[in-house]
Amino acid sequence: MRVRKPLLGAAGLLAFLVVWQLLPALGLVDRQYLPYVTDVLGRLVEELRDLAFWRRLGLTMSSWAIGLTIATGAAVVLGTMVGLVPFLRRATHTTVEFLRPIPSVALIPLAVLLFGIQQRAALVIIVYASFWQVFVQMIYGVADVDAVARDTARSFGVTRRERLVYLILPTALPYLMTGVRLAAAVALILAITAEMVIGNPGLGRMIELSRSAGDAVGLYALVVVTGLLGLLVNVFFRFVERRALSWHQSVRGEEVL
Amino acid sequence: MRARLLYPVGLPFLLLVVWALATTSSTNRFFPGPAAILDAFGETWIGPAFVDDVLPSLSRLAIGIVAAIAVGVAAGTLIGLVRWLRELSEPLLEFFRAVPPPVLIPIAMLLLGITDTMKVVVIVSGAVWPILLNTVDGVRATDSVQSETAAAFRLTRWERLRFLVLPAASPRIMTGVRQGLSVALILMVISEMFASSAGLGYRIAYFQRNYLVAEMWSGILLLGLVGVLLAAVFGLVERRVLRWYHGIKEVNRG
Repeated sequence: MRVRKPLLGAAGLLAFLVVWQLLPALGLVDRQYLPYVTDVLGRLVEELRDLAFWRRLGLTMSSWAIGLTIATGAAVVLGTMVGLVPFLRRATHTTVEFLRPIPSVALIPLAVLLFGIQQRAALVIIVYASFWQVFVQMIYGVADVDAVARDTARSFGVTRRERLVYLILPTALPYLMTGVRLAAAVALILAITAEMVIGNPGLGRMIELSRSAGDAVGLYALVVVTGLLGLLVNVFFRFVERRALSWHQSVRGEEVL
Repeated sequence: MRARLLYPVGLPFLLLVVWALATTSSTNRFFPGPAAILDAFGETWIGPAFVDDVLPSLSRLAIGIVAAIAVGVAAGTLIGLVRWLRELSEPLLEFFRAVPPPVLIPIAMLLLGITDTMKVVVIVSGAVWPILLNTVDGVRATDSVQSETAAAFRLTRWERLRFLVLPAASPRIMTGVRQGLSVALILMVISEMFASSAGLGYRIAYFQRNYLVAEMWSGILLLGLVGVLLAAVFGLVERRVLRWYHGIKEVNRG
């Protein structure tokens, strides 16, 4: 029974690859637009051996990492402050509700005006988009402190600093982790998007170049790479989340079952 | 009473004043003042541009969202209910969800050319994944006592779907739709920045390339308004669809 699931999953993957191979082979879609899957995978292996590919990957991932770090740091500090002070929460509510839904890609032209086709322009977009994910979760998390725990802390005369470190931040940690996981995915999307639209070097720019050069095989290979990257980021942050929250009910509960 | 009014408008007002003051004393041409942006907003978007650029963009967005919800909920329900199908498709779905949606634009351009269909297809193929995966989770989480009760009462398959499975999954479906909406808006803008000669995204990129800074800012403002409007409409719909759910949560809390 236990082998059934991965086996079926592998079968599904295989079926998808076969269909992909058959579509151009049977002439249902022109090979120029949908190349053979074998060609694409071959190109993928070729790219993995190419140093230039890894350099581009490094550029993309460094924008991603820098952007995510800045956004998370700012969001944790500001989110904790706004979440803890009712006055700030009420005063910022409408502003946040207006700024948050602005699609960050709308800021691409502004970023280009300010920084040209540099990494900094991409960072503006990445930070803006991922900031809100963490910020909002942080506000919820800080507000979620258990009433009994809070009153206990107060009657024990715990200092403000201790309350922050031992009560508020642990309460907010699960929320923070959710926020960071979402922000990591968003940051990757925008790192690649920014390279496609702005043209700062990286994987996204390579995708755009392959498209304009009519190199369908290379285009599909790079798209597969971005999917694998996204998958890796997801898996990594889920792992970090489980490790960081190993003490928390939501993780411990699963292990008992 | 006065405080209730002061809180929502206080900070935005303050920010506008600070912005206005900062721009009157500086000569940075990339940051025009609020008055200039408002002027540009009126001139740029009210008039023929509304029919030529804004409406087509918004209608593509609307069609894309509706199609993504239809496909996502239908496929998600099927996959959620049929176990072997779920196990068969799980690794694939994980992969497709992880692909950054904007990279689909070059592929869609290759397969479909630069057409309206291509833009709608891009919006659908990006926004469908959060809806689909959340629907799968929602359908799977149907209360087992309720499904057994439904089976014992010999509800037909259709009745079970209509009165048990879909309502049980609706909170998760709405979560997915909310995520899908923001992806759809992003894709609407980018697909037009990339490959278009009309539409909101195209206009904004055009203004930037020609250094029409105030006009560009007015476009960003318009996109912000679209985003806020979309969130507001979603909030209304969600409250209606999930009225029973929020009611139950209230009761449990009380």
